[in-house]
Amino acid sequence: MDILSLLNDLLFDYTLRTVALGSAVLGIVSGALGSYAVLRKQSLLGDAMSHAALPGIAIAFLLTGSKISLVLILGAAIAGWIATLIIMSIVRTTRIKYDTALGMILSVFFGFGLVLLTIIQKRPDATQAGLDKFLFGQAAALLERDVITMALLGSVAIATMLVFWKQFKLLSFDPDFGATLGFPMRFLDVVLTTLIVIAIVTGLQTVGVVLMSAMIVAPASAARQWTDRLGPMIFLSAAFGALAGVSGALLSSSISRLPTGPTIVLCVSAIVVLSIFLAPARGLVWSWFRDRRNRGRLRLEGMLEDLYSLALQHKDPGHAHPVSVLRLMSADKGGVDNSLRKLEEQGLVRRVKSEDWALTKEGIEHARQIIKLGVGEGQ
Amino acid sequence: MKYAIEVEDLTVAYKEKPVLWDVDLNVPEGVLMSIVGPNGAGKTTLIKAMLGLVNTAAGRVSIYGKPYSKQRSLVGYVPQRGSVDWDFPTSVGDVVMMGRYGALGWLKRPGKREVELSLRALEKVGMAKYADRQISQLSGGQQQRVFLARALVQDAKIYLMDEPFQGVDATTERAIVTLLQELRAAGKTVVVVHHDLQTVPEYFDWTALLNVRLIASGPVDTVFTEENLRLTYGGRVSFIKHNGHNTDSDQEKRAEAGGI
Amino acid sequence: MSGEQIEIQIIASLVAVTCAIPGVFLVLRRMAMMSDAISHAILLGIVLAFFAIHDISSPLLIIGAALSGVLTVSIVELLNKTKLVKEDAAIGLVFPVLFSIGVILIARYAWSIHLDVHAVLLGELAFAPFDRLTVGGFDLGPKSLYVMGTILLINLIFILLFYKELKISTFDAGLAAALGFSPGLIHYGLMGLVSVTAVGAFDAVGSILVVALMVTPPAAAYLLTDKLSYMIILSAVIGVVSAISGFWLAILLDANIAGSMATMAGLVFLIVFLFAPDRGIVAIARRRSRQRWEFAGKMLAIHLLNHEGTPDEKRESQVEHLEENLCWKEGFANKVIKYAESKGILIHDRGMLRLTGYGREYAMKSVTDEST
Repeated sequence: MDILSLLNDLLFDYTLRTVALGSAVLGIVSGALGSYAVLRKQSLLGDAMSHAALPGIAIAFLLTGSKISLVLILGAAIAGWIATLIIMSIVRTTRIKYDTALGMILSVFFGFGLVLLTIIQKRPDATQAGLDKFLFGQAAALLERDVITMALLGSVAIATMLVFWKQFKLLSFDPDFGATLGFPMRFLDVVLTTLIVIAIVTGLQTVGVVLMSAMIVAPASAARQWTDRLGPMIFLSAAFGALAGVSGALLSSSISRLPTGPTIVLCVSAIVVLSIFLAPARGLVWSWFRDRRNRGRLRLEGMLEDLYSLALQHKDPGHAHPVSVLRLMSADKGGVDNSLRKLEEQGLVRRVKSEDWALTKEGIEHARQIIKLGVGEGQ
Repeated sequence: MKYAIEVEDLTVAYKEKPVLWDVDLNVPEGVLMSIVGPNGAGKTTLIKAMLGLVNTAAGRVSIYGKPYSKQRSLVGYVPQRGSVDWDFPTSVGDVVMMGRYGALGWLKRPGKREVELSLRALEKVGMAKYADRQISQLSGGQQQRVFLARALVQDAKIYLMDEPFQGVDATTERAIVTLLQELRAAGKTVVVVHHDLQTVPEYFDWTALLNVRLIASGPVDTVFTEENLRLTYGGRVSFIKHNGHNTDSDQEKRAEAGGI
Repeated sequence: MSGEQIEIQIIASLVAVTCAIPGVFLVLRRMAMMSDAISHAILLGIVLAFFAIHDISSPLLIIGAALSGVLTVSIVELLNKTKLVKEDAAIGLVFPVLFSIGVILIARYAWSIHLDVHAVLLGELAFAPFDRLTVGGFDLGPKSLYVMGTILLINLIFILLFYKELKISTFDAGLAAALGFSPGLIHYGLMGLVSVTAVGAFDAVGSILVVALMVTPPAAAYLLTDKLSYMIILSAVIGVVSAISGFWLAILLDANIAGSMATMAGLVFLIVFLFAPDRGIVAIARRRSRQRWEFAGKMLAIHLLNHEGTPDEKRESQVEHLEENLCWKEGFANKVIKYAESKGILIHDRGMLRLTGYGREYAMKSVTDEST
């Protein structure tokens, strides 16, 4: 499929348009609210919440017989919330640690969900077909009314986030301080957790319960690499989420036997990998270059210092010394000639005889500054 | 004497384990007071109880005669530096601005005035040129100064500070002391949880000695005596004995401690 | 009970015990979520090894897949070392990728063969008895019985050989290093064990339910005992109980076996959580209501002691002022006074409270006891 015809389909093909819109909503909402989950070190709570949603979906269907997404989403949200409450109360009242409570509730709820799912599947009526799309997601099965439901829920969640911007920032950074200012932090915690639950359950139909947690963690982790501010981070995270959601969902609905959830996860993970390597300032490639440059600079400065301290013993800062002495003082023997050549290019040292080197006037000045700065550092 | 803070019969317990036993403490207006005591003496809990951050089993705290919830705007708080994640994506100026959030109320966003106030507070702690810096790039001392600036921007009458000297460099320590003394000169009341006994007489004019119970409180000259210090820190011997057996049950107590 | 049913129960119990053993150490080392990461990530290893070997129960496949589990752990640790993402986020980033690749590979290239997406999640315990080991025409029982049996044996040998090292490095990593045990070696040994176990159990119960069997029984056992050896045994017992009762629940409801086992494990935990003798919710609530009076009595005694001989003693010792001073509700204050009186701590005399000699001693003792 070439790009032009894909664009054409996006605009005019009903299924493709629905899929793209639905996955964009999913990406924006989970990307934006996932940022808070990541910043509050609740990445894995998202994993537990999304797995725990499965029995909620099944019970909602068993009770109502309805496959309308709002009903199923509500069931999922309630189950996700109950799971969170149980995890918190286990950690608070017993000596069981957070990670154990997470793993246990995640797997037990999911197991219970599977039991209910197999029971539903064995019912004689055929209306139940398609509930297992909630396992790995099925973008192609999205209907326009599903997308409208998702968009409405998502808008409410994002709007609430914007209204409580200040409070959520306090909650994530310094909740105790927020409490002394008079904000009801526990209530705000409940609100934010609810928003995260909403973000998770709106994505379940597309990505599935098994992999939805990646949509919470990955866009935010990628966005964090590019910026040091909360606002831009949340914006970028939403954009990354949307990008991954749309590209993954389109790929999966245009290529056969490509499950949606895993495909979206691969797209978002690709963004994470790129960010971790390439993001300016924090990215691994950049910090590698920076380290190299710093090491080089440090080596040259060390050379100047060596020459200066040697020369001081002669009461003449411009006194020349043979290369062999410098080699003795230097940690890496091979780099000495190289470093001297570079310093010569900068006009900081000069060759006095074939093997003897001395500081120039600028070199002396430079060396003094380095020594002064070195002492003054750490203030 | 007019009291800025009155603590009456305050008992705080994490369920069965008492952290503060019946503490009576009056802090006169305008003093620069330290709270000292061994680890686990309840110093931080006392500050947090004053701020209404922990549930009390008995007793009460008044700020200028009224409960804290009615007097929030009079109190500025400097928590322990280690209590937050300094890798949080935010700038120095932004953190300081959080001090204005209470005055701004629920929905109002910070504007020009808040930016200006924050900058002025940063100037006072010598950090104005760092306003746009990401907070993870700061040294320990600089982080502490940012927290101080955040409290200053609250423009309070009372400042409660939890270990502001912890892990800061000598320059910052001097700067903080100067700042505290300026605050006192301006008539503010400052209460500082402190752990360096040697500097107490030099830095503070008022002190409280705490070890679960209040041992003594008053002017440093009269209260900061060897006898009182022995009473405060002498408990350590029993602490070691107490803690020596079965760490597991201690762990459980701690686990249950979270369960209020 | 048919022969197949018995065989399924035996295999299920074997899986439960095999999972519970490394699970105990995961729970104690606060690495429970590693089991989640590993059990997901091994899917990719299984698929790749399957493409290479074409035999789902070959020991080579198990080892290959287990390596992918250990690889996951090291990728997570590598990611942590960059300090670019938070520790918990690192786990949440790594395993979904590997799992996704595995699922996609299955969906695209292994559609009709033994592996399918559902088996990944559900396991195929019900089919286990059909894949039999026959030697020279003799039926020696289901293959998975032998696979799980071998893995259990490996787990037991590892635990017995390195019991001391595991124990020390779990409770005090610093001490272990000082004594010359390499915590890294023990750590990776354990991760290898978890991986091998997860691969073996995966076939029977699916990826997510491996987590249920590794984490839930040890969590329940942790509330029942303080001793490591008991904890291991109890976890195994709870695992077997969950497995067998889960099997019958599945028969009863005509539902998925692995899911039922996880459900039962959760139910057993719930019962322990509520009724464990010392650490259960009920026991804690009881203890607290008992200690509430004791604590309040102590509080009152210390209050009186603190104000003895002070100028405000009169005011502070009045019954009617307790409400104001201690912020106690009136009814509560009266009950505490009655309690304290009955214990001989104080004398209630016309609205004034006075400590008895015993009460004074009691208050002083309480203070020094709790001074830390």
